[in-house]
Amino acid sequence: MSGSTIIFYMLAALTLVSAVMSVSTRRIFRAAIFLLFTLIGIAGLYFWMEYEFIAAVQIVVYVGGITVLIIFSIFLTQEAGELLPKQQAGRQLFSALAAFCGFALVMLQVAKYSFNGNSTGAGNNPSVADIGNQMLGIENGGYALPFEVISVLLLAALVGCIVIALRSTAEQPVVDKK
Amino acid sequence: MQEPGLYHLLFISAALFFIAVFGFFTRRNLITMLMSIELMLNSVNLNFIAFNKYVWPGRLDGLFFTIFIIAIAAAEAAVAIAIIINLYRTHKSIDVEQAEELKF
Repeated sequence: MSGSTIIFYMLAALTLVSAVMSVSTRRIFRAAIFLLFTLIGIAGLYFWMEYEFIAAVQIVVYVGGITVLIIFSIFLTQEAGELLPKQQAGRQLFSALAAFCGFALVMLQVAKYSFNGNSTGAGNNPSVADIGNQMLGIENGGYALPFEVISVLLLAALVGCIVIALRSTAEQPVVDKK
Repeated sequence: MQEPGLYHLLFISAALFFIAVFGFFTRRNLITMLMSIELMLNSVNLNFIAFNKYVWPGRLDGLFFTIFIIAIAAAEAAVAIAIIINLYRTHKSIDVEQAEELKF
């Protein structure tokens, strides 16, 4: 058993245990912190697979951006020290049952299917230069068009956020400008 | 313990997805439901990267799908939090049971 295997199992345990804690704890601030650890565990798995670029993106966007956004919105909308209301036992039981059945179904299908391909995954770590060339390329399956679409989508989301979160001025008297 | 490979990563990804589904079913607070959705998107990203590494080596398409999913997830989280803050202003609560003007 090599060091790489041990690191893989430790990262997997970190990810899954903190995900379970994140969906089951009744303190909302702790849920956010456990979400942070889950995201770090997934970034560690990307590092373990030698996809360093995507691991860096994961840390910058998720750990640095989305978690901070969630924590700020908790501070804006909740009394963070109070417990969330208790859920009915029946709802929890049936949710757990549904999740477990779905998981069992997926794992049965995965176990039946044999994926062909490079089973060790060795010798396949893309460099940042490859990623940049293909992302902005326009031939041979380049991703220039989706890149532009995503940039327009991000702009639209930015404008939409500002419009939604603006305090509405409907109740104030409208100044009549001529 | 055996050497980890594609099936181990698929197991982690599926387990993470259904943990998030459980959270989405049980939670009644909009911010925690948003956290569950982020967990689901992360499990999908992990799946794409694992398939790209083990089944389709030499190509980068799974990696690009992951990058675009991350970008869309960031936009989605920002819009969702703007909606949540606006809902809190009008209802003083972000529990989904309290927001029922659009029911029926």
